[in-house]
Order: sequence, then C-alpha cells, then structure tokens
Amino acid sequence: METANSPNHSPLDFAGSPINKTLSAEEKLETYRQMVRIRRFEQAALKNYQKDGTMGGFLHLYIGQESLAVGAASLMGDHDHMITAYRCHAHALAVGMNMNECMAELYGKATGCSKGKGGSMHFFAPDKNFWGGHGIVAGQTPLGLGLGYGLKYKGLEGCALCFLGDGAVNQGAFHESLNIAALFGIPVVYIIENNGYSMGTSQKRSSAYKDCLAQRADAYDMDWDVVNGEDFYEVRAKTHIAMERARKEHKPTVLEIMTYRYYGHSVADANHKKYRSPEEIADYKKNHDPINLWAAKLISEGHLTEESAKAIDTEAKKEAAASTKFAEDSPAPTIDDITDDVYWETDNNTEASKIGRHFFND
Amino acid sequence: MREIQYRDALNEAFDEELARDENVVLMGEEVAQYNGAYKVTKGLWDKWGDKRVVDTPISEAGFIGMGIGASMLGVRPVMELMFWSFHSVAFDQLVNNAACCRYMSGGLINVPIVMRGPANGGTNVGATHSHTPEGLFAAFPGLKVCSPATPADAKGLMKTAIRDNDPVYVMENTTLYGNLGHVPDPADGDFLIPLGKADIKREGSDISLIAHGASVLRCLEAAEILASEHNIDAEVVDLRSIRPLDQDAIIESVKKTNRAVLVDESKPFCGVSAQIATLIQDYAFDYLDAPVKRVCTIDAPAIYSRHVEPDQLPNAKRIVAQVLTIA
Repeated sequence: METANSPNHSPLDFAGSPINKTLSAEEKLETYRQMVRIRRFEQAALKNYQKDGTMGGFLHLYIGQESLAVGAASLMGDHDHMITAYRCHAHALAVGMNMNECMAELYGKATGCSKGKGGSMHFFAPDKNFWGGHGIVAGQTPLGLGLGYGLKYKGLEGCALCFLGDGAVNQGAFHESLNIAALFGIPVVYIIENNGYSMGTSQKRSSAYKDCLAQRADAYDMDWDVVNGEDFYEVRAKTHIAMERARKEHKPTVLEIMTYRYYGHSVADANHKKYRSPEEIADYKKNHDPINLWAAKLISEGHLTEESAKAIDTEAKKEAAASTKFAEDSPAPTIDDITDDVYWETDNNTEASKIGRHFFND
Repeated sequence: MREIQYRDALNEAFDEELARDENVVLMGEEVAQYNGAYKVTKGLWDKWGDKRVVDTPISEAGFIGMGIGASMLGVRPVMELMFWSFHSVAFDQLVNNAACCRYMSGGLINVPIVMRGPANGGTNVGATHSHTPEGLFAAFPGLKVCSPATPADAKGLMKTAIRDNDPVYVMENTTLYGNLGHVPDPADGDFLIPLGKADIKREGSDISLIAHGASVLRCLEAAEILASEHNIDAEVVDLRSIRPLDQDAIIESVKKTNRAVLVDESKPFCGVSAQIATLIQDYAFDYLDAPVKRVCTIDAPAIYSRHVEPDQLPNAKRIVAQVLTIA
C-alpha cells in the first residue's frame, strides 16, 4: 500500500495506480473538462465582480487549485459526501452543480443555489452530497466529522471529504475534530488544500510544524500523506487510498495537498503581490499549472489534441458567459423571502409552526 | 398522579424517544458510562449501549459541530453541554452552523438537533459556570429555545424538542433537577408539550408575573406572599418556551391584570424580559395601569459568594418589592 508518510513527493508514476488505470479516456477528458469549466467560471465571475459593482460580496477564487476538487469529486460514490470552507465554487461545480445557479448565487439572485441567501462562500447541494460552502475558518471541520459520524451511524459504506485551507489547521475546532475522528473511528478524510498562504501570512509565519502540516495527525495516531496537487493522477491515487481506509476500516486520514492560488486570498486582497513575489506566481503559472499539466498528460496519452482542448475551452467560456447572462436576467429575492428558510417547521407550515411567535418584526 | 424528579422526567423523555426513533442518539461529556454529571442520563447507556448513548471528549466545538453535521444527514442527536455556560467554547458551531445552515442553503438543509444542559445561577460556582444564555440564543433566528420549570414541562418539552426539525436549545437547571412534580404515567399515552405555548401556573387578577425556568417558582413563592401579606392576587405566566414565544398568553394576561412584572434570571440588557416588555408596550399599552417593571439578575458577572448570590438572582423578596412599587 502506498502509505509512505513522507513529505517528499514520491517519484511513483501514479498513472499506474489501480484507481487511475481503470479510468476510461472519456472519464479522463471529463475531469479535464471540469477543471476548465471551473477556471472559466471563476474568470467570468472575477470579470463580473470588477465590472460595475452589481455582484458584490466576497470572492475567493480557486484558480490554480482545480485539480484538487475535481480529483476528489471524481472519486465520490453514492455514499461519499463533501464539505469545504469558503473557497467553494470549484467543489460545487465538481460535484455537478450548474454554472447558472452558482453565478446567480454570486449575484444574490433568487435563482441562485441558495436563493441568494448564501453568496459566494455558501454554496450547497445536499442532493449531490455537497454540504457547503462555510465562511468561518475551520468551522466546517466538526461538520465534516458529523457527516462521517452520520454515515457510520446509519451503517452506510461511505466517507466524508472535508476540505480546509492551510490556515485552518491552527483552529481549535480542527484539533478537536481530529481527536474525535481518530477516537471514534470516523470515516472522514481531511484534505488540507495547502496553497502556502493563510490569507496574507505564509505557512512559515503562521504554523509551527516539523516537516509538514499533515504530520500533526501523528499525534492522533492517524494516517496522513502529502500529495503533489499539480499531478492529477497523484491526487486521485492518494485520495482514493484515504477514502477506502475510511469506507472499509472507519479510519480517518489527513491529506495535505500542495497547491497554489494565482489570485489573492479574496478579490479584496490588495496585497497578494506583496507577500508573494511576482516571480513565484509566474513560475507556478508557467511550470506548475494543474490544468496545463493534465492537458499535456492527456495529449501525450493520445486522448486530447490541441484542437479538442481548444473546443473544450471555448465551450466552457460560452457556458460561463451564458451563466452571467442568466444571473443578470434573474430576479432578486423579495422582502417577503427574507423570513423564509429560517425554520423547517415554519417553511413547511406544520402544526408546530402555528404555536407561539417565531419572528419578532413588529 | 405519580410524582417524579425533574431529572427523571428528562430521563424518561430520552428513554421514550430512544425507543421511538432509532436515529436519536444522546451525546456529551460523561453522559454514558458515568450516567451524566447530574445523573440525568442515568441507566440509559446500560439499556441502550454504545451506539445510542455516547461519551465524548471535552471538546465542545468538536462534538457539538459533529452533532450538527450528523443531523444534516438525518441523525437526531441530543447533545449535552454539562453546563450551558460552556456554550462559549462552541459558539461558532452553535450560532454559525446550527442557526444559519438552513438559511444560507436557501432551505435545502435542516438541522434537527437538541442542545441541552443546565443554565442557571444560584449554585455558588462562580461566574463562568452560572450563565443563563436563553436570551442570547433566542436572539438568533433559526434557533428555538425553551426553559422548563417543572418535571412535567421538562419531559413534555424535551420530547417535542427531539421531534422538532429545527435546532432546539433546552435550558435546564441544576437547582431544579431534584424537584418533584406530577408527570403523567407513560402508560397513559405519549406526553408532549408544544414549543411556543405558555402555561398559567397560577391564576390571578391584580398583576401578571411573567417568567421562565426557575424564576417561575420564585414568582409562585412571591404570589403567596403577595396574597397573604398584601392582599394582591398575582397571576403567574410560565413562558416555558422563549422562541417560539406565546405572545398571546402574555398579552391576554396583561389585558386582564393591567400590570406586569417580568421576572428573568438572565441579565437585564437585551434579555428575554426586555423583548417581552417591548411586546407589551406594542400590544397592550392601552391596558396598562402602571409601567412594566422587571426583576432580573443584578447586572454583573455571577458573584461566587453564597452570602450574596441569592440576592443577585430574582427571588421572592425582590419580586414582592418590585410588585409593591406599581400595585
């Protein structure tokens, strides 16, 4: 089993991993298409955000990290669940949410995935086993634990994929979750998306660690691994091992996937070219871009050509543009909508909801 | 009718709901093998085993959040905070996740969870263990809050809370756990008390004493003194549920008595009684013969000293004195 707990990237060619060997050409192309769609969606969102101020809100872009969400989502079965923090657009699209509902949510429209009540950081699709989209750093980590707990309680063979950033590892809730996950044997995989910066603070200035962040799992007698996020095969291979450990053995894992974001912490992060050098950003874009590297791999395997890659890209751009139009043309929520979706019982007009006063507006 | 203790009434509620719904699971620090720090869950682990009654580490953020996550998948966790005072270490989970997940998902998610434990002063344990956060949590739309004063209310409200599809925060009271009271025999059928329904614990015509939790008992004591020593016939309205709130019962009582003293163990600033005062002002102003008055916990962190603490909290003496200023 590939469980070497080493922060050094393995020289193994993960294309030969069992979970990757079974991928058909069509499935490989689909993952490529997903990554391109995510990037084009977010680039459109950025453009819309900067256009005329009609969008507003925060906008935390995932650009540069696409292989992580797509790699993990491509491994999900019926009883696998996903939850993440506020950099959530990619995960949403990767599990199958459509661009229209996502873009409309960014615009705060009633047609958004959360009816305009969640915004950029709060995309949800329980029907696709996607549980958000959470705005508070590490606040989702106990929830991911709970999804795993729920699966085990119900006797379902599945796991919870709980994403967090490298800045979240220093929150108490995460450590409490790790301890409980190991202690109770919860089928959860914690995936640290390590883009090197906890907002504007580098990893070295924010975390105390020996070799890597995932190594902290040692203290909880928990399996862990470090993953090269720019290698799509490696992301899938190592995440699959962790998911199988969770599903079959009810054992949690911490994965630390090394990655990089091209933009700031959010679009409002004016300093992102100050705490990182332009050379560093340029190097990542040129030499480590996960989409380019995956495209090169697929071309070398004979599944993709320059022309078909271009067609996928054009299609994604068109889809993103259409989602912008959909969002702009969509109606906003009404004042009456404000007090919907607060309580299940009042939304469903149950007997219980008719007893006592639930809202205190006048 | 049989009499049982408040803690045993709660225990009976858990036992019945564990039997009724296999998704119900009790969880918290020392709730299983230790039988609960206050013996509220006594015998339940023996009867129901590891899956249904779960001891957690001392990690409120971790296990409260875990319960919320599990509830999103349809588990119905009943989470014990050994003291509600420990809410502050799990505040992000209690407020951002439990209260807001439904709303931020546009109604796609619901969180059918119960958070419970004692929330009271009066036990000489100092400020950090004496918080009464019912007003605090009732201030967050998406949460429901109740505070039972009697064994029967404790059982009936707890069973309803467990069946409710929204997060319900039940504020119990260590000083009430040993109190005896009439509770219907389970053989006579399922005993439920709805959220949002107040109870007139004593009928009266001269003044409305409106309270929740242990303060209801203080009001009943005060009402006896007012009757015997001052010839004042006080009505005692037990809110039972803070949110949803039985506004009709409050307003009807005030319209009948034309005077109100609100008794509230939470602090005066934006507490439960502050909200009720504004409702009375809005809906019964023309019926009032005197200003609405309040008896709250004296506005400071809970004092440790047992010599003083009873007077920091609402008590019969303070209630009577306040009533006499307007009656």
